[in-house]
Amino acid sequence: MANMANKAKANNSNSNSRYTISVLVANKPGVLARVASLFRRRNFNIESLTVGTTDRDDISRMTIVVNGDLRVVEQVMKQLNKLIDVIKVSDVTEKSVERELVLVKVKATSETRGEIVELANIFRGRVVDVSKDSVIIEITGDEDKIKAFINLMRQFGIRELARTGMVAMQRGEKVVSV
Amino acid sequence: MRAANAIVKAFEEEGVKHIFGIPGGAIIEVYDALYDSTITHILTRHEQAAVHAADGYARASGKVGVAFATSGPGATNTVTGIATAYMDSSPIVVMTGQVPRSLIGNDAFQEADITGITMPVTKHNYIVTDPTELLPTIKEAFYIAPTGRPGPVLIDLPKDITAAEIEYNYPSRVSLPGYKPKRKGHPKQIRRAAELIMEAERPVILAGGGIILSNASAELVKLAETIPAFVVTTLMGKGTFPENHPLCLGFVGMHGSKYANYALTECDLVIAIGTRFSDRTTGNVDSFAPYAKIIHIDIDPAEIGKNVRVDVPIVGDAKEVLKEILKLINYKKRKEWEEKVNNWRRKYPLRYQNDGKLKPQYVIEKIFEIEPESIVTTEVGQNQMWAAQYFKTKYPRQFISSGGLGTMGFGFPAAIGAQTAFPEKNVVDIAGDGSFLMNIQELATCVDFNIPVKIAIMNNQFLGMVRQWQELFYKERYSATCLRCKELRFDKIAEGFGGVGMVVERPTEVEETLREAFEIRDVPVVIDFRVERLENVFPMVPAGAGLNQIIDG
Repeated sequence: MANMANKAKANNSNSNSRYTISVLVANKPGVLARVASLFRRRNFNIESLTVGTTDRDDISRMTIVVNGDLRVVEQVMKQLNKLIDVIKVSDVTEKSVERELVLVKVKATSETRGEIVELANIFRGRVVDVSKDSVIIEITGDEDKIKAFINLMRQFGIRELARTGMVAMQRGEKVVSV
Repeated sequence: MRAANAIVKAFEEEGVKHIFGIPGGAIIEVYDALYDSTITHILTRHEQAAVHAADGYARASGKVGVAFATSGPGATNTVTGIATAYMDSSPIVVMTGQVPRSLIGNDAFQEADITGITMPVTKHNYIVTDPTELLPTIKEAFYIAPTGRPGPVLIDLPKDITAAEIEYNYPSRVSLPGYKPKRKGHPKQIRRAAELIMEAERPVILAGGGIILSNASAELVKLAETIPAFVVTTLMGKGTFPENHPLCLGFVGMHGSKYANYALTECDLVIAIGTRFSDRTTGNVDSFAPYAKIIHIDIDPAEIGKNVRVDVPIVGDAKEVLKEILKLINYKKRKEWEEKVNNWRRKYPLRYQNDGKLKPQYVIEKIFEIEPESIVTTEVGQNQMWAAQYFKTKYPRQFISSGGLGTMGFGFPAAIGAQTAFPEKNVVDIAGDGSFLMNIQELATCVDFNIPVKIAIMNNQFLGMVRQWQELFYKERYSATCLRCKELRFDKIAEGFGGVGMVVERPTEVEETLREAFEIRDVPVVIDFRVERLENVFPMVPAGAGLNQIIDG
């Protein structure tokens, strides 16, 4: 919350920006539905949402990327906090490492394959499958890197794209834990 | 022990004395166990009414209300009741039957995904999928419903679970790491609030329903008298502050008095307690209290800053916070402001034309005059607003109304709930003819259980509030609002159910009829007041206008 307040002061406006929220929830059936239902009901827009367990079996971690002004995002966090199965809500927008994994299947002929692989290497991507007329590349990175890579691949023809959604963790001493 | 018996035993342990509901196939085991219980089950004639009754019971008594329904249609019928309780933060526990676990997801007979359906209108809900979770779930439900910001909790129970054998070990505590309501306000914010109060020249207290839920009325009175500050209440806040108190300006907002709305607009400090600044209370938020700093005390952090900007937010229980503030403030005379407000009060009293016709306002004034200690429930629409204006509530939990959801058909079953909690009191449902028809079948429940609620119908043969809007804003095009039905005789309907029916057509008959009705203590009494059909609720702040743009008739 402090982060967001600072950010608002710095921007001195209520314009839309992107926030990354980390949510620790009880690992129970239906929790994802509750979170999704809340976003729909309150008319909040989710840009991406990922869920996975933490080092504790009974607790899962969601990373939610939302777009909105500060007021909306504050409401998102407060409303999330009201869900009984939500244990902790943290804004990790600032000073965090954000990563997403993407699989992209690109059209590749014998002429273009070399260039595609070269580009993948530059982006530290990996070729995980090669067939007669396509390759699958696995790439991880933050939003900008992924965007740049996908844009580059468009010229060859993207046949299929699968993204995990963003996960994030703050650098340094700060931890999101129970 | 059979799980069904364990459920009933757990409810007994939670202090449940009354359950409202209707049995069915999926919940039959629980009803079988209920047969031997000390708990009184009140069989309503519709599940929606069961939930409203549980809600009315909770609002009148402060205890958790309980409703039972079976799976499928029984469960879906509870939804309006649950949403009503949710919007007004009323603590109830609703238990629904569900098809056996082996059939869930198969579109079995009378299967409905009630936890999915009620997710957005419950504080929390459960489906019990393992018999060992049953008792901890009940414990949690009774813990979550009344604490923090209260609200409805639903438990869905597959039939095979209710038939399972379990060990009865009812937990004494709950473990909910994600649920820790904050009761104490932040000391720094409390100090800031006290400073603002001492600086203010024109303070007004906006008292909401949270004060009732927190049982903080005594502290509110003390706060108002210590400052001193005028008090305006929201619809849900009616009863938090005695309306005959010289500092009380009554009900504020869309149909509040002019003087209450002027005071809230012109003040330099709003002390808002237990209110969520609903659009019906604030009018256009951009012109809400333009000269004022705002202190907002609420137990739900999500309400702070949601609708209006706040200068001093205090998250906490109203009673605890007010106690702390009271330690830091003292009396300061604000003569100019006092005179100004009292002038408005003299100049713009609530009024209606008493022209010999039967006026709904007059009827409500008479109900108050004859039985001022009555618990009043309302339906929704004109009847509700007249009741809010003219029934001068004296104590908390006396005025029960669907404020948030605005559910027509709420008042009558809620009155059944209130009467069940307080059998000796007079309970009056101030109704409209449209609303009363929406749960009229509950007359059977009242006759069955000797529940002597009085239903005072302000019968104008219209969906009156909608008609009023059509008159004022839609060129008198009365589209689908006329309920005129030549042969509709509410008194005969009441008699048909085994109750008492009365008809009043002239003002001179009102008092005598009411006195006669209040004498009846064993069956419901329906009084059909054939009121002036085109009477409007005034004053009125048009939707989207500021509170000071309030209009008279």
